[in-house]
Amino acid sequence: MLLALWRYRHFILTSILGELKARFARSWIGLFWSILHPLAQATIFALILAEVLGAKLGGVDTKAAYPIYLMAGLAAWGLFNEILSRCLSVYIDNAGVMKKIAFPRICLPVIVWGSAMLNHLLLLASIVVVFLFFGHYPGPAWLFLPVGIILISMLAFGLGVMLGVLNVFSRDIGQVTSIVLQIWFWLTPIVYPASILPQSLRWLLDLNPLVPLVGIYQDALLFDRVPDPQSLLVPTIIAMSLFAASFLLFRRASPELVDAL
Amino acid sequence: MSRTVLNVDEVSKRYAGYKSDLLRFATWFGAPLQPDSEHWAVRDVSFFLQSGQAMAVIGENGAGKSTLLKMITGTVRPTTGKIEVGGRISAILELGVGFNMEFTGRENVYQAGGLMGLPRSEITALMPEIESFAEIGAFFDEPLRMYSTGMQARLAFALATAVRPDLLIVDEVLSVGDAYFQHKSFSRIRKFKEEGVAILLVTHSMPDVREICNRVLLLDKGRVVKDGVPDEVVDYYNALVSEKETAKLSIEQRRAKNGWVLSRSGTFEAVVASIELLDAQTGEELSQVGVGQELALRVTAKISADLPRLVLGIMLRDRTGHVVWGTNTWHTSQVIESVGAGERVIYEARFRCDLGPGSYSISPALVSSSTHLDNNYEWTDNLLVFDVVNFDKAVFIGTSYLDAQFLIKRIEP
Repeated sequence: MLLALWRYRHFILTSILGELKARFARSWIGLFWSILHPLAQATIFALILAEVLGAKLGGVDTKAAYPIYLMAGLAAWGLFNEILSRCLSVYIDNAGVMKKIAFPRICLPVIVWGSAMLNHLLLLASIVVVFLFFGHYPGPAWLFLPVGIILISMLAFGLGVMLGVLNVFSRDIGQVTSIVLQIWFWLTPIVYPASILPQSLRWLLDLNPLVPLVGIYQDALLFDRVPDPQSLLVPTIIAMSLFAASFLLFRRASPELVDAL
Repeated sequence: MSRTVLNVDEVSKRYAGYKSDLLRFATWFGAPLQPDSEHWAVRDVSFFLQSGQAMAVIGENGAGKSTLLKMITGTVRPTTGKIEVGGRISAILELGVGFNMEFTGRENVYQAGGLMGLPRSEITALMPEIESFAEIGAFFDEPLRMYSTGMQARLAFALATAVRPDLLIVDEVLSVGDAYFQHKSFSRIRKFKEEGVAILLVTHSMPDVREICNRVLLLDKGRVVKDGVPDEVVDYYNALVSEKETAKLSIEQRRAKNGWVLSRSGTFEAVVASIELLDAQTGEELSQVGVGQELALRVTAKISADLPRLVLGIMLRDRTGHVVWGTNTWHTSQVIESVGAGERVIYEARFRCDLGPGSYSISPALVSSSTHLDNNYEWTDNLLVFDVVNFDKAVFIGTSYLDAQFLIKRIEP
C-alpha cells in the first residue's frame, strides 16, 4: 500500500495543488475564503461572547485573549472537521473514477489529508498575521504545534477513512456523523474555556480525546505553554490505533467497495 | 511471435446483498455468513487472448460485458477465478474520467495520466504526441470547461492510447465524437493491432466487430455462449436476438464447404425451398458472374402453415460480412396477404450486377413485416454464395461498379 502511494506521488501532489487551484479558479479572492471563513467565525463568537466569557480566561492580561483563544481552538477543530467530513464522502464523490480506472484507492483519502493540511498551514500563517496585529507575538511553545497537527490529523484520518468506507454501504453513517460532529464541537472547550464547566460535567472532557489535542493549540498560541505530556498519552494511543485500524478496515472492505458504489 | 497476454480462468463475479449492513461488515473479518440475496453478473468465463488478437465482446445489455472488462482492468475484483495479465493494460472504459473541468488540457493530461499510473517525466515526454493527436489547437492551454464534447473525447483518447499497451481495453466509447474522430481512433486501434497489441472491445456495432476483430466472445446472462470468428458469432447473435422475440424458434449453425457460415433460425412455418442465381437472358444457373451482367435471383418459398402476411427480405454481403445491399418486399410494397399451408411462392428479383470483383453471399429471410423481429419464419445467413469476376471492364477496386467516365482536358502552356 505504501509502495503504491509512492508510485502515485506525482498524482497525489497534482491533485492536492489542483484542489487549491480549483478554489482559485472562478472566485474573486479564491483561496482566501477558506481562511476568511474560520476568521469570520472567530470574529462573530468574539463579538457576541467576549463580554460573557472573556473575563473567565485567567492568566493572560491582553485584551485580545479571548479572540486568540477562539482562533486557536477553531483552527484545531477546523483541521479535524475538514479531514473527517471530507474522508466521509470521498469514495462516494469519486465513484465515477473508482469504477472506471484502476489505481490505488488509498490515494483518495491521502489527497484529502494533504489538501486539508495545506489549507491548515495557510490558515495558521494568516493567524500569525492577525496575532501580530493584536500585538501578540509567537513564543517558543509554537514549536509544539506540529505535534497537535499530526495527532489531530491522524485521529481525523483514522475515523474518516473508517466511517467513509462504511458510508459507502450505508449512507446513514454520513448523516449521523454530521450531527455527532456538531455535538462534539460544543462538547469540546473551543468557544468556552474548560474552567467554566461545573465539576459534575468534567468527566465529559476526560472522555473526549480531542480536548488535550485542541489544548495543545490553545496552550501554544495563547498561553505560550508547553503541553502536558501525560495528558497526551491517551489521545496519542487512540489516534494511532484508529489510524492503524482504518488501514486494516480499508484493506478488508476494498474488494467490495466498488461493487456498492 | 504471439504470446498470451491475457488469461481469464473460470472467472465469476457475484454481487451479494445482506439483510443488514452489519452482517456485511462482519464478513470482512471472516464471519462465515451466507448472503441474503445474490446476483451472478459473470459466471465461469474462461478465455485467453494472444498478442495481435482483437476480440470483441458482444451480448445484450446486462449480459456481463462491462463487469468482465472492469475485472480485467482491475477496478472490480472477481469473486472466484483468476485473471492473469502479461504486460501493461490500457483501459478506456469511459472517456474523460478523472478530468477536472477547471484544469487546462495540459494539466488534465498530467492529472489523468497520473491516475493511470504514468510517471510525470513520461507524461512530459509524451505531451507533444498527445497534443498533436488530440488536435485541439490553442484550446490545449484553456480550461476544460471551454471544450466541446468532441474535443474532450479526442483529448481523452489521445491520452489513453499515448503509450502502446500490451492489452488495450475499449468499452463502447468510440460511439461518441464525430466521424473524423471515430475514423482516427479506429486507425490507431488498427495500428496497435498490427504492432501486436491484444485488443478487447465491447461494442454494439456489428460492422465494427467485423472490421477490427478476428475473434468474438458472445455473452448471455453472464456466461460465454459462443467464442469464435466474427461472421459465425455475429450471425448467431443476430439469430439469438430474434429468438428472444419469438419464443418457438430454433437456431442451427454450420460452416459450408466454401468457408461461409450458414446460420438458420426461425419458426420454419415458411421456408426457402430453393434459391438460384440465373442469367436474366438465358436462364442459366450461375455461380460465377461478370461485372455488369444482368441477373435474376429466384427464391421459392414453401409454406407449411396459414400465414397472415409474407415478406421476403434479401441481404447481400461481401467477404468481410459488410452489408452491400438489402431490402424486402415490405419496403417495395409487395406484401402477400393470407398465404395458405401447402402454397408455394416464387420470387424473382432482377438486377444488374454492379459489384466489384470478389466473393458475395445472399441471405434470404421470410418474415411478416418490415423487420425479422415480429415473426421470423426463416432467416438463413449466407445461403447462396457467388463470385463476381471482372471480364470486360477496366480494372477497378471496391465492392461497387460505378461506371465512371473520365473527361480529360490538357491545357497547353
